Amino acid sequence: MNSRRPDGGCDGNGGSGSGSGNDSGNDSGNGGGDAERRREREYEDVYARLKAYEGRAAAVAGVGKDPVNEPMIRHWCEATGDTNPAYAGPDAVAPPTMLQVWTMGGLSGHGERSGAYDELLGLLDGAGYTAVVATDCEQEYLRPLRPGDRITFDAVIESVSERKTTRLGTGYFVTTRTEVRAGGRLAGTHRFRILKYVPAKQRRKDGEREAGKSRTGHTSHTSHAGRTDCTGRGAAGSGAATRPVRPRPVVNRDNAGFWEGVSRHRLLIQRCTECGTPRFPWLPGCNSCGCPEWDTVETAGEGTVYSYVVMHHPPFPAFDPPYAVGLVELAEGVRIISNVVGVPHDRVRIGMPVRLEFERVDEELELPVFRPVGADGS
Amino acid sequence: MTIRDGTGGGAVRVGDVLPSLEISITRTLVVAGAIASRDYQDVHHDAEAARRKGSPDIFMNILTTNGLVGRYVTDHFGSGAVLRGVAIRLGAPNHPGDTMVLTGVVEDVRDDTVTVRVVGANGLGRHVTGTVTVTVTAPVPVPVPVPAPEAGAVPGAGAGAGGAAVRSAEEAPS
Repeated sequence: MNSRRPDGGCDGNGGSGSGSGNDSGNDSGNGGGDAERRREREYEDVYARLKAYEGRAAAVAGVGKDPVNEPMIRHWCEATGDTNPAYAGPDAVAPPTMLQVWTMGGLSGHGERSGAYDELLGLLDGAGYTAVVATDCEQEYLRPLRPGDRITFDAVIESVSERKTTRLGTGYFVTTRTEVRAGGRLAGTHRFRILKYVPAKQRRKDGEREAGKSRTGHTSHTSHAGRTDCTGRGAAGSGAATRPVRPRPVVNRDNAGFWEGVSRHRLLIQRCTECGTPRFPWLPGCNSCGCPEWDTVETAGEGTVYSYVVMHHPPFPAFDPPYAVGLVELAEGVRIISNVVGVPHDRVRIGMPVRLEFERVDEELELPVFRPVGADGS
Repeated sequence: MTIRDGTGGGAVRVGDVLPSLEISITRTLVVAGAIASRDYQDVHHDAEAARRKGSPDIFMNILTTNGLVGRYVTDHFGSGAVLRGVAIRLGAPNHPGDTMVLTGVVEDVRDDTVTVRVVGANGLGRHVTGTVTVTVTAPVPVPVPVPAPEAGAVPGAGAGAGGAAVRSAEEAPS
């Protein structure tokens, strides 16, 4: 099974990178309510259709293309550097971790995969989840396999997850469970999980990384656009080389005033007109007294680092780790999450005085960020 | 029974740390592993194709990782060790030029069965986390000559692998 599976990607639940204040790091809010609701309905529809495949066969009466054999065992051991004497000689057994190998379709592909599994993958492809990575492999070995053993296997679609947003992007985890038999007797089981997701966009480094920050690996690591705009069949293989952009803030009725302020280089804090309590981020009502009436005050821009983290991994699209994300306490008494810029990430300290400035991230987006007082960025 | 590891290091106990194993992720290893596992996905051998799909380079397939994780544990416990289960989850990809360091900690020991928690970390983070279950039967004693104790011998000399192997063979139930 699973010959179409490019393995070895990543999993994990990446959230947002870290923009400022109200960045959700998630879907763009540009589409407005109707488009959002329509997309939600589409997602639900897709999910219901996906769930219907649970319990259906992924492979029926599959037959291993080759019997268990010494040459393939030797090639495997050479590749993995495994010199275990149990895998060589006249009484050799196959390395148990080869269990899946005996079921692989190879270049000539699978004849025995069921229609249901191909349908399921096709459904996901059609909904835009065209990229695939293997994320989990759980095997149990019940009996050793020996040269000459004839392999048969059956597989079932065990589960389809809800739509998940991971560092790679948004998609569905599909889990299959395969029973591998030798001479008709169960020799092992194999649970395999793939993530079918909206394919990544290629990332371009722009050389803006500060000197000395580059770390082996990070500079060349794939980043995967975390955007969930479900725009149909994906761009895998298209060669598109657009630089990923920062996540767009979700602008709604409750926080539109904040972003309007940012556009005029004013960082506005809400203030309850009933009890005078300032609040941030923007909310429809007062946390102290519940009053829905409010006005704004503009921050003078002075603050201190109340806390911070340094983001090393995972590297989100359009972000160049490592970078510092600060929880800045403004003089007006509220705290805001944003980037601390103009200082090496490992020099940020709690209590460090910082000052507000506005950073143009791209043509559309400006963000409030904080620079240590005295670090003029020159 | 008391399980002993294959290194002559004595009884296996929960919390034991396995010596780490460093694996250079060469292009050859990635390709050889993919082909030995009959996985012809282009992202495991064709760098151009991998880049078109958003990856900076080819990357190791999950079957090879599975094999390396299994090998790491059986290498440690020796020829008496038989894999009963390997469960892995992948994280950061293994690209050529990187190095993966496998580490393991004994999580459970029950009868003749040892469960080892394995982590493989590369320059990007954790490539793999997982659990390996292995049964460890009495290791076939390896005939290692034990240095004869001589007058003036350095105290402790001979208490390495050879001495321990003999001791473990003596105590191992048949």
